[in-house]
Amino acid sequence: MTDIRETAKRIAAQGSSTPVAARDPVNQAMINNWVEAIGDNNPVYTDPDFAAASIHGGVVAPPAMAQVWTMRGLHGKRNADDPLGAMLAALDKEGFTSVVGTNTEQTYHRYLRPGERVTASTKLRDINGPKETALGPGWFVTTVTTWSVGEEPVAEMVFRVLKFRPKSSARIIDAPEYAASVLRPVISRDTAFFWEGTKKGELRIQRWGDELRHPPGAVAPNGDLEATPDYIVARGTGTVYSFVVHHHPKVPGKKTPFVVALVELDEGVRVLGELINVAPEDVKIGGSVRAVFLRIDDDVTLPAWEVA
Amino acid sequence: MKTLTAAEISIGMELPELVVDATPTFIISTAIATRDFEDVHHDRDAAVARGTKDIFLNILTDNGLVQRYVTDWAGPEALVRSINIRLGVPCYANDTLTFSGRVAEETVVGRESRFVIEVRARDSLGDHITGTVQIAVPQGDGQ
Repeated sequence: MTDIRETAKRIAAQGSSTPVAARDPVNQAMINNWVEAIGDNNPVYTDPDFAAASIHGGVVAPPAMAQVWTMRGLHGKRNADDPLGAMLAALDKEGFTSVVGTNTEQTYHRYLRPGERVTASTKLRDINGPKETALGPGWFVTTVTTWSVGEEPVAEMVFRVLKFRPKSSARIIDAPEYAASVLRPVISRDTAFFWEGTKKGELRIQRWGDELRHPPGAVAPNGDLEATPDYIVARGTGTVYSFVVHHHPKVPGKKTPFVVALVELDEGVRVLGELINVAPEDVKIGGSVRAVFLRIDDDVTLPAWEVA
Repeated sequence: MKTLTAAEISIGMELPELVVDATPTFIISTAIATRDFEDVHHDRDAAVARGTKDIFLNILTDNGLVQRYVTDWAGPEALVRSINIRLGVPCYANDTLTFSGRVAEETVVGRESRFVIEVRARDSLGDHITGTVQIAVPQGDGQ
């Protein structure tokens, strides 16, 4: 979390991005398309005679089109110094993978006229989080974009998005019938986060810097004794890397045969678990699976798999 | 086509309702007219694969619709000075947006007197847009 705040501080300190020029000057063709699609019949945008006699003295562009002129287009890419792109990428890395716009505040200093060419420059205003929202935990990211003609600012927009981790859609299945017989995992200081996660339907994978490690260990893979781990929440989807069908001996609380799968997560690490609700002959290496969680009792929830 | 004057506007006035059919053609044509090529606004299969039930209206169009709604009422020479909108539920294809509005306050910015119009657009899921639009209109009382 401190990383997110540090990243935001660094991005905000960079100030406004290099102005990006609109592909085209303000022009009648794009205005015509826009008013037709929106259904706006105001003649100051399209009728030269009406516009000339109006308060504007000539045709103007709809103010709400300010952002349209500098949209990146079908194959456009964000500039390298775009602060919104940088902040969203940083939050992606922390598992806040979904985004939704929440509000915009646009201020128009004046109307634009055909022939004028705008540039847009964006800065990160602030971030706010983590917050629990109806969509899942997330961060609000607020940017300010200024559109200018030459040096003159003509419009501004405060834009806020929620960058969130979608609520786990993993199924948590009550399985109290195993409570008496299940082999209970040893929960240590190094693995407690994992078992806290399964209770919430989250598959948490230990991370040392950029490297994921499962099962979690006490020391960084590179042996750095100063390093401390955190974790990501895996998407919970993967493929069967290998599996065994257990016929014998009997396992307390289980009907044989059952399948234990080694699943390769989309994130790249492998996790063991029972593959449930499938006949052993239907299991295939490479088959898609998703995580489910078997709630044994208040203390233990085991990860398992089912065919996706 | 007449523009309302300040003398003709009073706090609490209600704007006439506007109903907009959010057909797939409307959602796609407004997305493209606003140069917003995100697939969720024009490709139903892609939108469904991303977990939404259909294509949905984009934000730039919401700004345009709110602008249109207020100037349809206030007249062609009403000057739009700001649009603040908060997005609520999505507006999916084949839903209907119903706009309502009300004059909430009169305010002076610099030397310009403005009216703040509260606007709301509802669809079958709830409030799609809530927000405010500030406009400046001619005085109209001889000033």
